[in-house]
Amino acid sequence: MNNFMTILLHTYLSKLKTKSFIVTTLITVVIVAGLANLSGIIDYFNKDNEERIAVIDETGVLLNPLQEQMDALNNEITLIAYKGSEAEGENAVKDGDYRGLLLLSFNKEELPEAAYKAKSIADSAIPSELQGGLQQLKTQMAATQINLSPEQLSKLYEPVPFEKTALEENAKTEEELNQARGLVYVLLFIIYFAVILYANMIAMEVATEKSSRVMEILISSVSPIKQMFAKILGIGLLSLTQMALILLVGYFSVKQNLDTMEGGFFEFFGFGNIPASTIAYALIFFILGYFLYATLAAFLGSLVSRIEDIQQMITPMTMMVVAGFMISMFGLSQPEASFVTVTSYIPFFTPMLMFMRVGMLSLPVWEPILGIVILLAAIVLLAVFGARVYRGGVLMYGKSNSFKDIKKALQLTKNE
Amino acid sequence: MALELEHVTKRFGKFTAVDDLSLAIPESEMFGFLGANGAGKTTTFRMILGLLDPSGGKIAWNGKPIDYSTSPLIGYLPEERGLYPKLKVKDQVVYLAKLRGMAKQDSLKELTYWLERFKVPENANKKVEELSKGNQQKIQFITAVIHKPKLLILDEPFSGLDPVNVEQLKDAVLDLKNNGTTIVFSSHRMEHVEELCEHLCIMQKGRPIVHGSLKEIKRSFGRKNLVIHGDYDLGFLAESRGVMKSRQTAEGIQLQISGEEAAEAIFREVAEKGFVRKFVLEEPSLNDIFIEKAGASYE
Repeated sequence: MNNFMTILLHTYLSKLKTKSFIVTTLITVVIVAGLANLSGIIDYFNKDNEERIAVIDETGVLLNPLQEQMDALNNEITLIAYKGSEAEGENAVKDGDYRGLLLLSFNKEELPEAAYKAKSIADSAIPSELQGGLQQLKTQMAATQINLSPEQLSKLYEPVPFEKTALEENAKTEEELNQARGLVYVLLFIIYFAVILYANMIAMEVATEKSSRVMEILISSVSPIKQMFAKILGIGLLSLTQMALILLVGYFSVKQNLDTMEGGFFEFFGFGNIPASTIAYALIFFILGYFLYATLAAFLGSLVSRIEDIQQMITPMTMMVVAGFMISMFGLSQPEASFVTVTSYIPFFTPMLMFMRVGMLSLPVWEPILGIVILLAAIVLLAVFGARVYRGGVLMYGKSNSFKDIKKALQLTKNE
Repeated sequence: MALELEHVTKRFGKFTAVDDLSLAIPESEMFGFLGANGAGKTTTFRMILGLLDPSGGKIAWNGKPIDYSTSPLIGYLPEERGLYPKLKVKDQVVYLAKLRGMAKQDSLKELTYWLERFKVPENANKKVEELSKGNQQKIQFITAVIHKPKLLILDEPFSGLDPVNVEQLKDAVLDLKNNGTTIVFSSHRMEHVEELCEHLCIMQKGRPIVHGSLKEIKRSFGRKNLVIHGDYDLGFLAESRGVMKSRQTAEGIQLQISGEEAAEAIFREVAEKGFVRKFVLEEPSLNDIFIEKAGASYE
């Protein structure tokens, strides 16, 4: 086995066995499984959570039609005619027998009027649903009063036909766009977190080896460049392991709950029918983005002498990732803005922005390809430059931790 | 010659760390590298190891340049000790030995031998951060020699060790040398170099100011030390011909003289005066040479 594989496996296995890695992965897996089973979990807690509302109906005719309205809205509010006085009703609510007390009456024009009393009105869902039901009722009654037929009424409320059509071929329909937005949003988040998390891990790893001075032994057996890339690949393998684990758990729990989820949260996020190309692009841009930032992190990590300084050193890099993420968030609502188009060709933003555009728009194939080529070129350039800085950087020990050190590091490796 | 450096120079910008250094070290020799801090010792080692490229000159091991393909033949103990603090001794040594091309079973066997030799077999399963400084140093030494290198480079191997550990390490180094390992080591402790090395080089500000075999260096230095113990005042000898330096001691006087002829003259002078209990002509110590050579050019 050659040294490259030795370092790669050592990095991978020793990180895999750390407590922090196992704990983070477990927590994430639990969260993912929890999210996928969210509706089941909510149902479990809401099992017999029928909301009982006491109603004092002065008119004697409103209670039944209102209950019908509530049933039609498919919620769990049950109206119960209350026989006692208003004060007694209020006490019953305070004692917790009912969620609230609804007083129904007619006003001067013989139209419904209501007052709602509850222990607290922080939960606005129940009163607003009651209000909605009552509003319907009122509309019907008012219509009858002015002799409108139900047909006339429905004519009044009929929505205007308004159809949106994209003229460009292949352009996504509004529905598709909404679906894509959800999926792209989630994948962007994954790319963003992964890049920050793993780039940080690499910088820390390099700085640890340097500050514990084991680096000098390592690079006397293996060339620093080999060592740097073995490390980057090792952590890369680690990230893929973690991602695969999370996605696997996510996939299976979603699959299990698929029937219960239709039409809900998941359809909204576009998980109903995931386009394979979006996933493929996500994977490509995730891997390329990782390599770009990992290389940057490795050579920044090689410049510090103490672990404490690492955060300061990689802050500009983190800023860049955050900026890329912000622009793509903005781009989600305006994917065609020329600002977004231009920045999607800047290597440090390409992984997130180009992916966002590919996911949201129907781009001609050459655009993402060009983005990938630019990204690859940037990675190669950064790797060549980074490897030279790294080679000198790992031998440098000193107090200053500024970007001036890059120049010093390059000088170390120069043979005039 | 096993290890050859020809006119090696290393510049960092305007600063010259090593200036026109030429060395030839025969196989299974122990070569001492002396110099004050910042004299260019570590930079030279880093160039020999290929961590830095020389700005000029050539370095060769048995006629071939040293690069990563020869790394299994080379062992290195850096001046700044470096081990993974959180890793167990066993895992650590196996990993580092693997990088030098050694299989796991072999390195475990060797590790057991070395730990027993250093009388710390219980440390194999401890984390490095749990060990004392001296024991960490032993582990560091083991990682440098476990793969039986042909060329061993030791940067300040004895610094920070108690005398018992120094003896253990010295024994180990001598054993390696007798088994054919070529060893280059640096130190600013003269007595270690004097005791272990046949050849040496004293560096100052990147330049070799003394270079050659220990005997020759001492002979060509010319001066000798003369120690005389007597019951009467020997102070008058300080004025004698050929005396460069003198120091009164409790039992007599210590003189640095220009050579054997001066000693003869002094011997006659003392014999006229009266009886002395001790009259010894000594080779100069390396320390004397170092102070003379390095001290002189400091001015």
